[in-house]
Parts: sequence; C-alpha cells; structure tokens
Amino acid sequence: MTDMSAPGNPPFRPSMLIYDRRYRSMTFQVIVFILVMALAWWLVNNTIRNLAALGKDFNFGFLWQRAGYDIPQTPIPYTSDDTHFRAAMVGLLNTLIVSILGCIAATFVGIIAGVARLSNNWLIARLMTVYVEAFRNVPLLLWILIVFAIFTEVMPPPNAFRGDDPAASMILFDHVALTNRYTAIPTLAMTNDPGSLDLGARITISWATIAFVVVLIGGWIVRRMIGAWAQRVQDQTGSRPTTWWMSLAVMTVPSLLLIWFFGLHFEAPELRGFNFAGGLNVQNGLVALWLALTLYTGAFIAEIVRAGILAVSRGQSEAAFALGLRPGRTMNLVILPQALRVIIPPLISQYLNLTKNSSLAIAVGYMDIKGTLGGTTLNQTGRELEAILLMMGVYLVLSLIISAGMNIFNSRVKLKER
Amino acid sequence: MKTSIFLGTVAAATLMAGAGMADTLADVKARGELNCGVNTGLVGFAAPDANGNWTGFDVDFCKAVAAAVLGDATKVKYVPTTGQTRFTALSSGEVDLLARNSTWTFSRDTDLKLDFIGVNYYDGQGFMVRKDLGVTSAKELDGATVCIQTGTTTELNLADYFKANNMAYQPVNIDSNAEGEQQYMAGACDAYTTDASGLAATRAAFADPENHIILPEIISKEPLGPAVRHGDNNWGDIVRWTLYALIAAEEYGVTSANIGELTTSSQNPEVQRLLGVTDDLGAMIGLDKEWAKRAIMARGNYGEIFAANIGEQTPIGLARGLNAQWTQGGLMYAMPFR
Repeated sequence: MTDMSAPGNPPFRPSMLIYDRRYRSMTFQVIVFILVMALAWWLVNNTIRNLAALGKDFNFGFLWQRAGYDIPQTPIPYTSDDTHFRAAMVGLLNTLIVSILGCIAATFVGIIAGVARLSNNWLIARLMTVYVEAFRNVPLLLWILIVFAIFTEVMPPPNAFRGDDPAASMILFDHVALTNRYTAIPTLAMTNDPGSLDLGARITISWATIAFVVVLIGGWIVRRMIGAWAQRVQDQTGSRPTTWWMSLAVMTVPSLLLIWFFGLHFEAPELRGFNFAGGLNVQNGLVALWLALTLYTGAFIAEIVRAGILAVSRGQSEAAFALGLRPGRTMNLVILPQALRVIIPPLISQYLNLTKNSSLAIAVGYMDIKGTLGGTTLNQTGRELEAILLMMGVYLVLSLIISAGMNIFNSRVKLKER
Repeated sequence: MKTSIFLGTVAAATLMAGAGMADTLADVKARGELNCGVNTGLVGFAAPDANGNWTGFDVDFCKAVAAAVLGDATKVKYVPTTGQTRFTALSSGEVDLLARNSTWTFSRDTDLKLDFIGVNYYDGQGFMVRKDLGVTSAKELDGATVCIQTGTTTELNLADYFKANNMAYQPVNIDSNAEGEQQYMAGACDAYTTDASGLAATRAAFADPENHIILPEIISKEPLGPAVRHGDNNWGDIVRWTLYALIAAEEYGVTSANIGELTTSSQNPEVQRLLGVTDDLGAMIGLDKEWAKRAIMARGNYGEIFAANIGEQTPIGLARGLNAQWTQGGLMYAMPFR
C-alpha cells in the first residue's frame, strides 16, 4: 500500500530527462523556452542600457504634447493645437482609408484581369498578360512615383481654370476639376440638416448617415425575408413568385424618401482665391497611391484568381453543361464556389501586403501613420524607438484584424467535410 | 549559471562600448577620417559637384575641422542626411559632426541630447512664389497651397504663422528639397517655404530665377549651426573653437592668403595666440599648436568661406546681413582666444 512505485513505473532519475521518451520532449521545450526568454531579456536590457548611456529615457509622454504641425487630409477634426496622439490617429485613419479603398479596387481589378487572362479572345488574354507582368515585375515605389508624376506634370494647376477663356475646364457638367494638386469633386449637402451625433473628442457622425445605414440594413433584412418567403412558397406549390420588384422597392424606396426628406444634393466645387472650395478636394497623393496600390496588388490577385479557376477540374464545368446549366450559372454555382477555396488563403496575404505597402505613402506626401507618427512626430520629438514600436504595433494589429476577418470568411467557403 | 556569465559579459561589453563612444577625438584620430553629416544636396551649403566632390558652406566647415584635428582637409567622409535622418545619424555615432543647416532649438539641444556648438548662419524662414501670381506679401497667402519639407522646424513655424494671422492653407508635405523644387516648378503648390538662404539657393538653380520672388516676410528665427553629441565636452570644445577661429580670423584680417606672412610678422597678441605663435592653446583641447592655423588655411576664414559659397558674387547672392562681423553691425562674434 505504501509502495509508491507501481510495477513498470521505475523511480525518477535525472538521466530520464534525456533518455526517457516521456520526459525528453518536455526537457527540450523547457531548454528552448529558457534560451528564447534569455535572448529577449538580453535584447531589451541592451536597449535600455544603450538608451541610458545616451541619456535618453523610454516613455510615451510625448503623445500628449502639442503636435504643432498641420496635416493635409484630416478625416476627423484636427488642428496644429492638437496632440501628437490625435495626429497619429488622423494618420491611422488615412492609412485605413487608402487600404480599404485599395483592397476593394484591387479585388475588382484582379478578378476581371484574372478571368480575362483565361479568355478565348487572343488579344484580351495577351493584353492582360502584359498588364500582370508589367505590374508584378516593377517595384511598387516606382509605380507610385510614376502615377504621381503624371498627375503633377500633366494636370493643369487650379489657376488655369480662372478667367473668361480658361486654359482648362471642369468635366462632368462643371462638377469635377482635375488639377495637379487634387481632384475637386462635389460634396453632398443637405438643405434639411438633422444635426450630428457627438461621439466625444470632437468626433461627430451626421444623423443623416446613421439614418441611411439603418434604412439600408433594414432593407437588406427585409429582402432576405422576402427571399425566404419565396422559397417557402416554391417548396409548397412548386412555382416561385416574382420577387425582383419587391426587393428593388425595399432597397431603394426608403433611401429615396430619405434623400427627399433631407434635401440631399450635390454642391459643386468652385474656384475661390488660390484653390477650389465648396467641394471636396481629394489629394493627388491619395489618388496616386490608391491607383498604384490597386494596379500593383490587382496584378497579383489576377494570378491568384486564374490559379483558382484553373484548379477546378474541367470535368466539373462539362458535367454542369451536361445538366443543362447556362455558362453564367455554371460559373456562379459550380466553378466559383470551388475556386474560392483556392483563392481566399493567398488573397488574405495580398490584402495584408497592400495594407503594409501603403506605408510608402510619404513618397507622394500622403500623411498616413508613417507620415504623422513615424514622420513628423518622430522628428519633432526625437522619440525614434517609441514611435517605431508604436507603428509596428499598429500595423501588427491591423494585419491581425484583416487576417481574422478573412479567416472567418475562409471557413465559410472552405470544403465542408462531413 | 553559464547564461548569467554570458549575459554579464555582454552587458559589460555594451557599457564599455558606450564609454568608448564618448571619446570622439580619439575615434576620429584612430580612423584617420572625420565623418561629417551634411545635406543631401542644397547648392551653396552642401552639394556634390559634377565630379562628385562635395562643396559648399557647410562642407567647408567640415574641412576646417578635419584640418584642425587630422591636419588634412581632405580626410572627410561626407554622409548625406535628410531632414528626417540627421539627428539619428548623429546620436547613433554614424557621424562625428553634423554640419547640415540645422536650426538650434531648445528641445533639440536638450531632449534630443545634441550640443549645438554655435551659429554659423543666422537665417529665417521665408516664402518663394511665382511673380505672375501677383502676391507681394505673405499676408496675401490665405487659402494657398504651400510646399513644406516634412520633419523640419519650418513645418511648425508655418502652422504657427498662418494660425497667428488667422489664415488657412493647404500643406503639401515633401521629403527633400529636390522634390519640393519639382512640385513647386510644376505648380503643385503656390508657395514654397523654407529658410530664406535655402530659398535663394533653390532659386539660383532654376532655369528662370527672375520669374520667382522671395516674399519680404521672415516668419521665424532660424539660427543654423553645427551640432555634436551631448556628453563629449572635449570634442564639443574642439568643434566650437574651430568655428570661433574662423570667425576671429576674419575679424583680425587673417586670410588664407596672408596667414603665412602674419604668423611671422603679426604683432597683435590675439593673432599670435590664435596662430599658435606664442601660447599653446591647442594643448588644452588635445590638439597641437597650429590647429587653428590649419583650420583657417583649409578654406579661408569665415568671410572667405561665405563669399566663395553663398556670397553676393555667387549665383546664390546672399548679403552678409546678420552674418556680418559684430564690428560691421552683424551678429558674428568670436569669444576671445586667451
């Protein structure tokens, strides 16, 4: 009863840490863990000692000092009296703006180019090959600079729009002006402004925006209910009721009513003094960066899409045709769902690449987080280590969020094994 | 146990490396070359010529320091630094001396742990516009688009100036002077702002300098000076007194042409001390007797360097103004050599 060592369980000896298979893996893991932690400790300690030798401390207090500089594009209200923290937030939002715009546009460009490259039309297929190879094989920074240089050198300056016989004129019924500084586009204005919701920290959202979002989400839910009802009727009676006009009405009529209620209209930009005012001036830096990121990443996505479609065996489409499905439905119902399984995982890394590549923005004077926190703030405060660490953290979190979102999407389309 | 010994050794080595960095003079002498941080390219101040040789006002100061310390004005390695990288280059030890038209400010001197050793050019921020814009004063720039080098004090002055005058503007952030020039020439900004000396240098490089004007408003004080790392006072003294030697030489009429003659003939005790004829001032800063003489012989005294690079006879055409000797109504004032 008191004998603790049961038969087959010899007493523990230190040599068993190496020679006994039950303990060996644990031993090595502990050793590696200790080594890694020691290395990390050494790196941190080394940094702290060197900073101390230079007489510098490590703190993030600079974030709450007055920034003192201006930023060309501010999604949230910002003046030079605000803190470095707010400047960093403005930069982060600018990064998000160009990344989201870029991801959406690159997906469209990539799908179109990828499908077109498989086209039976020789000319279209070759043109797409030229596009893909040209953009994949030249560094992104050069594309950004080229696009920006074209905007700067080719477009007229704003004062070319002045006078009775101007050298340049606005396009789209005098609503849009392409200049070498920005593209002046109309803004949406309301005659019946309902005011804004104050979120604190001088960030506001117009009640009109909230109303539109609520109406659109509501419309989408109702549309799904109509679809479910149509399915039920079809299951019971065998004939599906015509629902397209209901869906259309549900999606558009409430929005149109809101537009009428708020008196929503376009306000065209006009030349006042040195620059266009009244409208929204979209900086050329943003447009150039967006365009270059889109075309560059689009070329990679095109190849991913092409690979995904080619990965679906030919027998699948032949079988679909044999069942009498039209080519469009074959693509939508048979090929794409299977191709998506191949496309999504590499697509995630393209989105991540695009987001990280947007840090080249400073080349065209677009103030993203690298331009504010990692540029002017770093320079004015001299806090290199803190600013760079913060930026690394921000990009890491952004990438993890994108990755998590796309992984959820991936798990929905991937092969369900039962 | 072994780990802690290893780490202890590393930590000690790190500390010693930090201590070693503190003796810049010994490092420079051992290396036989002075690492000098300069502008990436600002004609008149620091720019490589057609043959790749660096010339300019700041470059000549590097040469003077190299001549004083190493006895050879050519033993300089020029490290081009941008507005963003310059202070990191200095504090990391990549350069021994930063002579790159940098403004002396409180936070740079204290928080960034730099030591500005003096002022070699009293400057101020100005605006350049095209003549055909019809603007004659910076107060008329309300609503204008302004090109501005990011990471400089000018960026902060610009924001303050427009705020104080209750005007709006649209900044265009650019990375280097060359890029700013290109944006300005293409008309992507109405005005280009930087130090007035920089504007003059930039304008001199244009094909049509007569079509651009520099507005009369000077919106800030920009005392430009060479900087060294905080903590090595002896090295700071060497660089500081090299600058004073150049300024004092002009005051006493010592030029690169007559310096040999004055060494033997001058009866002025201050000149005799400066040129190492009587007292051995050099020994007090770890150099030999003739350090100042060599510094002056390298590219001439302060006035000669000014005239050769940015003076009125050059395309840049800057008047001495505040940078004249104190005896001529300027601010250049060397401390006594005694």
